Amino acid sequence: MKKLLPAALLLVALTAQADSYSLPKHAAFEEECGSCHMAYPPQMLHADSWRAMMGDLSHHFGSDASIDDKRRVAITNFLLANAGGRKTGDTRDAQGKPLLRITQSARFDKKHREVPAATWQRASIKSPANCGACHTRAAAGEYSERWVQIPK
Amino acid sequence: MRHLLIIAAALFAATASAETPRDFLTRFEKEAGTAASAQRGARFFTSKQGGEWSCSSCHTDKPTQAGRHAKTEKAITPLAPAVNAERFTDAAKVDKWFRRNCNDTLNRVCSAQEKADVMAWLLTLK
Ligand code: HEC
Ligand code: HEC
Ligand code: HEC
Repeated sequence: MKKLLPAALLLVALTAQADSYSLPKHAAFEEECGSCHMAYPPQMLHADSWRAMMGDLSHHFGSDASIDDKRRVAITNFLLANAGGRKTGDTRDAQGKPLLRITQSARFDKKHREVPAATWQRASIKSPANCGACHTRAAAGEYSERWVQIPK
Repeated sequence: MRHLLIIAAALFAATASAETPRDFLTRFEKEAGTAASAQRGARFFTSKQGGEWSCSSCHTDKPTQAGRHAKTEKAITPLAPAVNAERFTDAAKVDKWFRRNCNDTLNRVCSAQEKADVMAWLLTLK
């Protein structure tokens, strides 16, 4: 029994690892893309989406998120190197343009099917893009069910 | 000679990043060509100028306390240098955020006078 416990703990740790979106640290990405909201995991969008987003940071979802060219290129390369592949699902909108929102992807819808529409409107959540409101360890790239707690 | 160059470069880098909040007030006043007014800065900071947001929408009207991004809800540490030693110590960062936040609240960049006024007001907050 004593020996089983560490083994079980290890298993739990390993499964938690399996759906973790954590990444090696990238200082410029974290500083620039984590200042107005949490830094979203690069794996959650397709490379085409990141390329399109990084091409117009002055008009970023209604905000000016412009940065100097050197950092823009460095962050773009980091995003492209870690972008999601086929698993991100459909990566284009009805007009054939790259999707810019994780929260508008088919994959996001599928993972959140059980969240009622009214829940997203709660004052404590405000926007589906506010991942950290429900995923208590989102900042560490941890989205598994164990770390979900929907606020009132 | 090589060594001297390296030392000079290091010194330059050190001075470039070691700004104090007062340095920004001095710089913006010089660019504006007139003295700053803390009162005008307070009014500018806390009132909407035609757009959806004022500076207070995210930084509160008492920037000695923490703020919250009006759209994303992300916490923002206090802007007043008296309570947050990290503020106004890096010119690239200060210029970047004035550019972005002025565009978002006014749909244009802020004038040197407006920036000087805001600085003067923030420096009075304890
Ligand atoms: C000046 C503030 C600001 C900065 C800096 C910023 N963003 Fe954003 N971002 C926003 C806002 C505002 C939204 C819209 C949030 C909402 O609708 O709730 C947003 C939304 C997003 C979304 C879509 C979220 C969704 O709905 O799925 C992504 C992806 C994103 N940002 C990535 C980035 C990246 C990458 C960077 C760094 C290059 C960055 N952001 C920097 C303000 C910013
Ligand atoms: C209203 C609360 C809420 C918000 C906000 C939210 N989620 Fe979720 N998320 C959930 C729930 C509930 C689940 C389902 C948990 C389960 O049963 O696996 C989930 C599941 C997930 C999963 C699947 C996890 C797994 O192990 O299969 C991912 C990935 C995920 N969310 C990412 C995000 C991202 C990225 C954001 C922000 C762009 C976000 N979520 C915003 C509540 C939320
Ligand atoms: C939509 C939200 C929002 C609004 C409106 C806003 N800011 Fe900001 N501001 C931020 C965020 C986010 C940061 C960066 C996060 C951080 O450094 O904590 C920031 C940082 C700053 C900084 C950087 C200071 C430093 O040295 O760290 C200055 C200066 C600033 N804001 C001034 C202003 C002024 C002046 C206005 C009004 C014209 C304004 N802000 C309006 C969100 C906002």
